[in-house]
Amino acid sequence: MTDPSLVAAVGEVGEGFFKERSSDTLPCQATDALFCWDWARENIDRYGTPTVQHLELVVISVVLGFAVAFALALLAHRRRWLQPPLLAATGVLYTIPSIAFFFLLLPVTGRGRDTAIIALSAYTLQIIYRNTVIGLANVPSSVKEAARGMGLTERQILWKVEVPLARPEIFAGLQIATVSTVAIATLAVFAGGGGLGAPIKAAINFKTNIIIAGSIAILMAVAFGLALVTAQRLLTPWKRAETT
Amino acid sequence: MIGALLSSPALASIGGAIEFIFAPQDSSVTGGRQVGGFDQVVELTLSQLELTLLALGLSLLVALPLGLYLGHRGTGELFAVVLGNVGRAIPELALIAFMAAAIGVGVLNLTIALAVLGVPPILANTFVGIHQVDRATVDAARGMGMTEFEILRKVEIPLAVPTLFAGVRGATIAIVATATIAPLAGVESLGDFILGENVYGSNGVLAGAIVVALLALTLEFAFAGLQRLLTSPGLKLRSA
Repeated sequence: MTDPSLVAAVGEVGEGFFKERSSDTLPCQATDALFCWDWARENIDRYGTPTVQHLELVVISVVLGFAVAFALALLAHRRRWLQPPLLAATGVLYTIPSIAFFFLLLPVTGRGRDTAIIALSAYTLQIIYRNTVIGLANVPSSVKEAARGMGLTERQILWKVEVPLARPEIFAGLQIATVSTVAIATLAVFAGGGGLGAPIKAAINFKTNIIIAGSIAILMAVAFGLALVTAQRLLTPWKRAETT
Repeated sequence: MIGALLSSPALASIGGAIEFIFAPQDSSVTGGRQVGGFDQVVELTLSQLELTLLALGLSLLVALPLGLYLGHRGTGELFAVVLGNVGRAIPELALIAFMAAAIGVGVLNLTIALAVLGVPPILANTFVGIHQVDRATVDAARGMGMTEFEILRKVEIPLAVPTLFAGVRGATIAIVATATIAPLAGVESLGDFILGENVYGSNGVLAGAIVVALLALTLEFAFAGLQRLLTSPGLKLRSA
């Protein structure tokens, strides 16, 4: 199956990803092989830049999303009446498909990485916000009473008692948000944001290319997931004591 | 931000997009044929809706019985939870591109690819929802002489409705979002507008994005409403 569109796809489309060495990629692409090891060995270095871009997209978006969601959660923890409207607002941002969000932002922020980051971080808000609110609400009132009895101020109770005890829920939210963002960031290329979606979009019929870029994205998501689980275990020693 | 939003170019493009939704416009590349307009918007919306519901139905068909069975038996927790986590890590663009390149383009293949995104959240939430039902409640039902199937249908499923629906809603959001890139797999959807700037112009791109967002929100509200209808009054009382 030699698809003539493959030849067109290489070297023309995709922000220059396949421009330089396009000739030596063609023999492999023309075959129907699921995965060309030879091509992969010679060209794996092409994926360095998209991988770094992808990593940056994810880290900046999640850090930004976390900062906003955490602040909103602390606010809603103090002022309960804010909880339903904030949940609804973050829910709307979560529901709007990220690819639609990219193009909705386009007239305001233009094409580029900023647009991708705004949409990706908006998507993380609900999960982190909701988990933080639940985590803070789950802190037993007896513990807060004890802290109050020991003379802690409300501010000290928040930072020294409630937030640390809410860590398991907060980390669970952060983990879900980060892993999802790694996956969705493959679409950032449509907003002009680069990342691992760029090589996929550049040669969308070339299976080896899709498998390499997709695998890097999945590995990145798994690595983030495991790192956050490990961080949570280290930061919640009492949980380990409970389970053993 | 507000200033930028209210500046005339942004407002003008929104105006252009709304015009595109309701009235066909001239396109530079279709040889005088007009594009956009209400009929085409409705057609592509229905195409994306159909694709979404087909894929959601397929995921439900696979994940719901399995989740109910495993949850009722209380086995396979690791499988359900790990699958739920792994599902979130699937890069949408790579999945659609791979299915199209390796298996072929078309509605059936795309439906399967989209259903792959829907299965993990539905399975994990169904399992958790059923499994977390108080064992004492289940034992009481068994003591009253209910069969296992009756316990599932009359006790466990009603108590699991909120968790179950969280899974279905998560799956719907993922599927309707990814159905937007259906044109990459040779299937029509609102993504035609969004990804086809050279045909539909920037008005078409923005119009597509607006309609996709509205479609996703409509589905979310519909499922939230359905969930409220199906949740037993007793459960609502408890959460209030």
